Parts: sequence; C-alpha cells; structure tokens
Amino acid sequence: MLAFVVVHLLVALALVFVARRNTRAAFLVAAVPPAAALGWVLAKSGPVLSGQAVDEVVEWAPAIGLELAFRLDALGLLMTVLVAGIGALVLVYSAWYFHAGSGDARRSAPLLLTFAAAMLGLVLADDLITVYVFWELTTICSFLLVGQAGVSRESRRSAMQALMITSLGGLVMLLGFVVLGDTAGTFRISELVAHPPAGPQVAVAAVLILVGAFTKSAQIPFHNWLPAAMVAPTPISAYLHAASMVKAGVFLVARLAPVFVGVVQWWLPAVLFGLATMLVGGWRAMFETDLKKLLAYGTVSQLGFIMVLVGAGTPTAAMAGATMLLAHGMFKATLFLVVGIVDHNAGTRDVRELSGLGRAVPSLNAVAWLAAVSMAGLPPTLGFLGKEAAFTAYLRHEWVLAGLVVGSMLTVAYTARLLWGAFSTKPGVTPTEVKPVGPGLLLPTAVPAVVGLVLGVVYGVPDHLAAAYASQFGPTTYHLALWHGVNVVLVCTALALAGGALLHAVRFRLAAFRRDLPRPLDAQRGYERVMGLLERVAVGVTGRLQVGSLPTYVAIILLTVLAVPGSALLLNAGVPEDLRFVDNLLQVPLAIVVVVAAVAALRSHRRLTAILMVGVVGYGIGGLFIVDGGPDLALAQFLVETLTLVAFVFVLRRLPAHFSTGETTLRLPKMLLAAAAGTFIAFAALIFSSARQVPPVSHSYLARAEEGAGATNVVNSIIVDFRAFDTVGEISVLAVAATGVASLILASRFERRKRSSRATAVVRQEKQKEEVRD
Amino acid sequence: MSPDTKTRSWIGWDAPRERFLLTGFLRPGQERTVLLELTARIAFPTVLVLSLYLLFAGHDRAGGGFSGGLVAGQAFVLRYLAGGRLDDSSTVPLRPPVLIGIGLTIATVASFVPLLAGGQVLESAIYKFTLPLLGQIKLVTSVVLDTGVYLLIVGVVLDLLRTLGSGIEADVDAAAREQAR
Repeated sequence: MLAFVVVHLLVALALVFVARRNTRAAFLVAAVPPAAALGWVLAKSGPVLSGQAVDEVVEWAPAIGLELAFRLDALGLLMTVLVAGIGALVLVYSAWYFHAGSGDARRSAPLLLTFAAAMLGLVLADDLITVYVFWELTTICSFLLVGQAGVSRESRRSAMQALMITSLGGLVMLLGFVVLGDTAGTFRISELVAHPPAGPQVAVAAVLILVGAFTKSAQIPFHNWLPAAMVAPTPISAYLHAASMVKAGVFLVARLAPVFVGVVQWWLPAVLFGLATMLVGGWRAMFETDLKKLLAYGTVSQLGFIMVLVGAGTPTAAMAGATMLLAHGMFKATLFLVVGIVDHNAGTRDVRELSGLGRAVPSLNAVAWLAAVSMAGLPPTLGFLGKEAAFTAYLRHEWVLAGLVVGSMLTVAYTARLLWGAFSTKPGVTPTEVKPVGPGLLLPTAVPAVVGLVLGVVYGVPDHLAAAYASQFGPTTYHLALWHGVNVVLVCTALALAGGALLHAVRFRLAAFRRDLPRPLDAQRGYERVMGLLERVAVGVTGRLQVGSLPTYVAIILLTVLAVPGSALLLNAGVPEDLRFVDNLLQVPLAIVVVVAAVAALRSHRRLTAILMVGVVGYGIGGLFIVDGGPDLALAQFLVETLTLVAFVFVLRRLPAHFSTGETTLRLPKMLLAAAAGTFIAFAALIFSSARQVPPVSHSYLARAEEGAGATNVVNSIIVDFRAFDTVGEISVLAVAATGVASLILASRFERRKRSSRATAVVRQEKQKEEVRD
Repeated sequence: MSPDTKTRSWIGWDAPRERFLLTGFLRPGQERTVLLELTARIAFPTVLVLSLYLLFAGHDRAGGGFSGGLVAGQAFVLRYLAGGRLDDSSTVPLRPPVLIGIGLTIATVASFVPLLAGGQVLESAIYKFTLPLLGQIKLVTSVVLDTGVYLLIVGVVLDLLRTLGSGIEADVDAAAREQAR
C-alpha cells in the first residue's frame, strides 16, 4: 500500500515536467496511478469483505517506535473506491476542463495527484501518526490547489482560511492522538479497536480528535471555509470538497468510532453538531444563487448528516454512515462536475442567468437528474438506501429522527433548486447560449451517477460492504434493501420528499421571509473577527518585545540568564574540591594576555581597537586549548576567531569609528548587569565543570573511536559518527542562520532602500495631489 | 580617479593593471596593494589544497570538515581582501546559497544512505583497499557527511563575504555616487 502512495508521488514529480509540454497528457497520465490503486483494491475486495484485512507495516524509525502502518479493511476499501475512483475520473475530466497549457493546468496536474497520494495514504493508514502526516499533507495540497496562482485576493484569502482552520484542527487532533496513543500504549488503530482504552483521558482524546474531524469536515462552527474554498477550479472542488478531503473528517470519526463506543463525549457532540450542521447547511443551500456555493452548502449539510451516522457507534447507524459516505461521494462528484460543465460551456453558474439548458443539453440534464435523484434520496438509488438506513438507525430517538427528516426535506428542496436553477427554462430570462458538451467532460461526469444507480439496484453489494464495516459495532439484523414494507421509515421518506417539494414551491416567499430574519451569528464574520484579533495581538506583542534596541535585547537575555541558571548556581553552589592553580605553567602568560586584552577592550574608545582586543582574547583561549592538548578545538577556535574578526571589520566600515559617548543615564545599571553576567559566567565555568556526577561519556568515546568509527581523532569521530545527528542539526541551523542574515542585509541594500523610499515618496506626492484636488 | 589620469599617474604608476582575480572587478589603484594581491595569488590555491587535506586528514589527525571548510573560506576571504567584489555572479558559477544547499543535501542524503544498506541512520562503514602508487587506503564513509559540512561552511563564508563584504562595499559606493550627484 505504501508502494501505491510512493508511485503516486513519483508520478506526480514526473508530471511537473510532462505538464510543461502537454497538460492534457499530464492529466491523463495522472489518472493512471489512481486507476491502478482502484483496480488493486477491487481485486482484493473478496477477502477483505469477508473479514481478512490486508496489513502492511514499514518500520522507518524503530528506535523511537515510528512506523508506517497500513491496513485495507472494509472502510479503507470504501474510501479507496471514492478516493482513487473519483480521483481518476476527475483527472480525466480535468484534461478537458482546463485550458490546455494554462498555468492552472500545469500546476494542478501534479498537485492533484500528490493530493490523491496523500488521501490514499490517509484512508489506508493504520497508525495515528501516519494518519496525521497524511492528514496535514492533504491540508497543504488543498491550500495550494485552492490558492492556485494566488492572483486574486479572494483565492488567497480562501486558501488561507482553509489552511488556517483545517491545520488548527489538525494540531488539536494531534494532541488528541498523543493522549489516546499514550493512554492505550499503542498508536496502531487496529490494536486500539481491538482493545479500547478507558478512563478520563479517553474522553479528553475524544473531544480533541472530534475538533480535528469537525474542522476538516466543515462542521459547525468551522463550516465556513468550505463554501469559501469554492473559488478553486471546479474539478478541484469536485475532488477535494466533495469526494475526498472533506470526507477525511467523517472518515476519521468512522475509523475511530469503534474505539470510542459508549464514550458520551464522543457520540454526543458528533450527533449534536452533525445535526446542527445538516440543518444550517441545508438551509443556506436553499438560498444560494451560485450553483457551486449551493453545492458547497449542500456538502456541508450532507457531511453533518454523515457525522450523525458515523459518530453514533451503533451497527445500523454505522451501516447507514458507510452507505451515505459512498452515496454522497458518487452523487456530489457528479453534480460538481455537472456544474463545472455548465460553467465551462455556458459561461455562468448563476441561477438568475441560466435558462433553457435542459433543452439545449439534454444529455447533461439526464446525468444531473440521475445524481440528483440519489441526493434527494429517491429509490432506486444508493442515496435512498442510505437515507432509509439512517432513519431506521434513529427510530427510537425521536428528536434526532425529526432533525434528520427536516434535514432531508431541506436536502430535497435544494436538490430541486439545483435542477431548477441549472436546467429549467425560466420566464423572463433569455435562454443561455451553451456550447455542445464533449464526451471527455460528459463521460467522467456520468460514471459516478450511473454507479450510484447501479449500486442502488444491486443493493447486495453495498449491503455487504456496509455490513462488513458495521460488524465492528456488534451484530445487526438490518440489511439495505429497496423495499422494507410499509413502515415508519417509509413514512419519514415520503414526508421528507413532500416537505422538500413544498419548500421548493414556496421558495420565493421563503427567501423574502429569510431576508427579514435577524442574523445574530455569522461564521464567516466570526472567523474574520478572530483572525483580526489574532493579528492585533500579534502586532501588540511584537511591538512590545521587538523594540529594535540591541542593548535592550542583550539586557533581556542577560537578565534571564542571571535569573534562571544564576539563581540555581547561588542556591546550590559548592566550591569544587580539586581546585588547582595551574595545570601547566604556560597557562599563566596566556591567561595574563587574555585578561589584559579583555580590560583593553573595555577601555578602548575606538570600535576597531575593541574588536581587535576581543580577537586577542579569542586567540588567547585558543592558545589555552593547545596547552591543554586540544589541537582540534584550537584550530577551530583560531579559524572562527579570524572569521569573526574579518566579519566585524567588514561591518565596522558602516559604523562610526568611535563609540558614542552621548547619553550616560543608564550607564551604571548597564555596568552592573555586565559585571554580574561576567561573574556568573566565570563561576559557572568553574563550578559546572566539577559538578559531574556520572562518569564522563568521553571515556567510552575514546575507547570506541578506533574500532567503532575507524578514527584515531576522537573529536572528529564524535562529530561525524557518535554525535553525527547533532552535526546534521547544527549545520541545518547554520544554513538557516546564514540565509537569514544574508536576506536581512540584502533587503536593506542601499539601492533597495532608495527604490522603496522613492516609491513611498511617489505615493505621498500622489496623495497630496489628491488632497489638493479635493 | 583611474590610474592613467595624468595628474595622478605618479601615485598609481606601479599599481597592477591587468585583471588579476577572477571577479572581473577592477579596483582603483590606490585601494590595491601589490604585495597582498601577490600573496593572495600564490596562497589561494595552496590554502584550498590545505583545506582539502584537513578535510580528509580529519578522521585521524587534527582537522575535519568544519576546520577544512573554514580554511577554504579564509582563502576566499584573503582573495576578497586583495581583490574585492566577490559576488559578481556571472563569474562565480555557484552562488553561496546554492553551495549551502548542496552541502546540506549531501550531509542529509549521506545520513540516510546506510538505511539502504540495512544499517541505521548515520551509521558509517569502513572500507580498506589498495591502490597502485598510493598504497593502502582506508575510506570511512563518514567522510561524505564531512564533505557536506565542508561545502556548507564554505558556502556560509562566501555568503558572509557577499553580504557583509562586497554588499556593504557596493552600498558605500552607491551612497557615495548618490551624494556626488
């Protein structure tokens, strides 16, 4: 399974180069790996559905217990069908949707495939940490795919919003994973399911993980990023925001529900927030004029519905949840792709401008109807099976059932609005001119809708699949079927249909009614307020901490040093016993040189003299290293000292030759602070070196250097072998620091400053002119 | 203030006039010192060889990638002090950030290669073989990591020269030109 993910990623890398030459070929090539993954899981479906999951564990850092664990079970199979199947179709569709050779196409082909890889890894992962890694990978891909070139402000803002909300949720979820894994002693999901942990920590973990799932699956109050993300090109919305990424949240809840069976902090929020999301999403969808936004709110609503089902933790609800996952992926992908075609070929997706499309493009109309029937929950479709199962699951909980029925009414209403808005002939609107729809766009659009219908008719297949997943929650006698006889559930379905039709009939009066409603809460405004607050706090904190004065920074650092380790030193100080005057008589002259140079540095008025004296101190220390028998240290010390000296001299060219002697107000505190810090360092060096309690590690290094690292220079063997990990870390820091310093200096180059000051001067002049004109 | 201006010629008559260091930037005569340039010209390759020696000798004697890289960096510092303006990108094929990146990449990749051979991250192996003329050679794979360190340090020093060195120099020049206008 890891191999599939890796192949996806490698092909995505190659696609970067293919897409430069031919974007259509790139999309078609990109469709191959998901199709192969789909083929593989379908080939494995027989044993998997009979309960034999396929496991794969790759240990990649066994020392710290990190592994990439994958498991193909019923839920993984279902999600892979969605992710890989719809992925392949969307990629084929994209080949004809995007303008050949355009920047968006060149960017999207590799990115979409990378996203498919991350999604595949996510749905097959059997390890919480692996889940998290792929989870965040999808977030990053989504940011890039929604943002695209980032030319319009709206796309930048939407991409940022999606990133902020989902990654914040992801972090909270990671915390939950850590709590859960720590409590249970394992991060492997299959082991967690087999032996669910108990205790108060589990409740905490449940809530934290739910937050992550809610953000990703656009549940209230985090739902607003999803409609905003509709600025992305339609195939991307169809894939990310209907079939796969937003499913990650509900998938995670479905995946972990067996772990949290009976934990009230898990199922209660899932059901409550899910129900609220279903109702709010459906309500908003009924009034949207942008077809894509309508579908987005519809998706929010459906995700809430699925959340109610998968969070409950009962077998029938789980069956309904699995069925709805599949059904929603199928019909929503089709509908998004249909809207994409409408947008692409008619030039608009506004309900108020479209008219007469049903007659102009009957094939598209038929495909849309097919999917819409499933969305509305009419027989004989997958959507109908799912909705019947959902009503059955909540037969004993009247309030939830009522909520679901009302939610379904809204679903029927916005489904009707979608069909009416896109295809009907409206009086008073000029018929929209529409280009004929080619098979390249229509075929991938039709496939999921047809699959939704076929699986509805051949209901044994989804029943088998859903039952295989639901068996984790206990035995069930319920089976998906088109006809269960005349019962309460059928009445509920009929009620939903009738209510939806009624709502659609009175849609104009309803819209007028909604305009008069007060709107105390708005998630989008709330998000903007929170972000604004965050920025203001950041500005305030930065403004107070980053005052731009070097003496202040140094003072803060020194005070911290004095306060924390300094006080510890004062409390626990003991005079070392084996204190000697000198080890080697050569130390005496060297020490005198160092002391004299240090005093001279203090007394000098010229910057250059001070720098040179500091250099002398450094060389003197290097000399002490030689006397103590550390040629490596001495060499490094001399070299670094020289370089530092040169760097200082470079900088001095831009500074005045003498130290400023102007203000003397803070002189005494500064002197005291410096003296205290110096004294602390001196005593620390003296006492710390004799505070050793365990035998020094250097003995073992000395003993093992020759045979372990093949080195007779133990210092070097420590650097490149024993502590090589530290070295890699250090050089990374060095690279970052050097790049940062270089950027700072290059950014403040004279030419640049001049240019920017000229630019601001121009702006100022323009403003003055305007003011004069006013 | 070029050296061939008649009134000034007695000052700069003994200043070298040919393009000497690779930068292609000719300093005004008074800012040049023949002795330093000559020293730099002779010492530069020698110091580079010394730095390579330090890199390879490091495993058994004083030295190593860090020291070697710093020594090589000092060679460039010397060249800059003598010749000035190092960052003429058209004549230096590898820009400092690229060098830093290459060094970091080598070090990182080298640390993962042992995984392919079934070892652990950053594990090193020792190969001994005999070459004609050179005799027995002992190759420890950790020298690859050290080479990465070496290149990165050279890149850091070059970056320092580019920004603090010629960057500030160019800045001073630009400011002076601005004032002259």
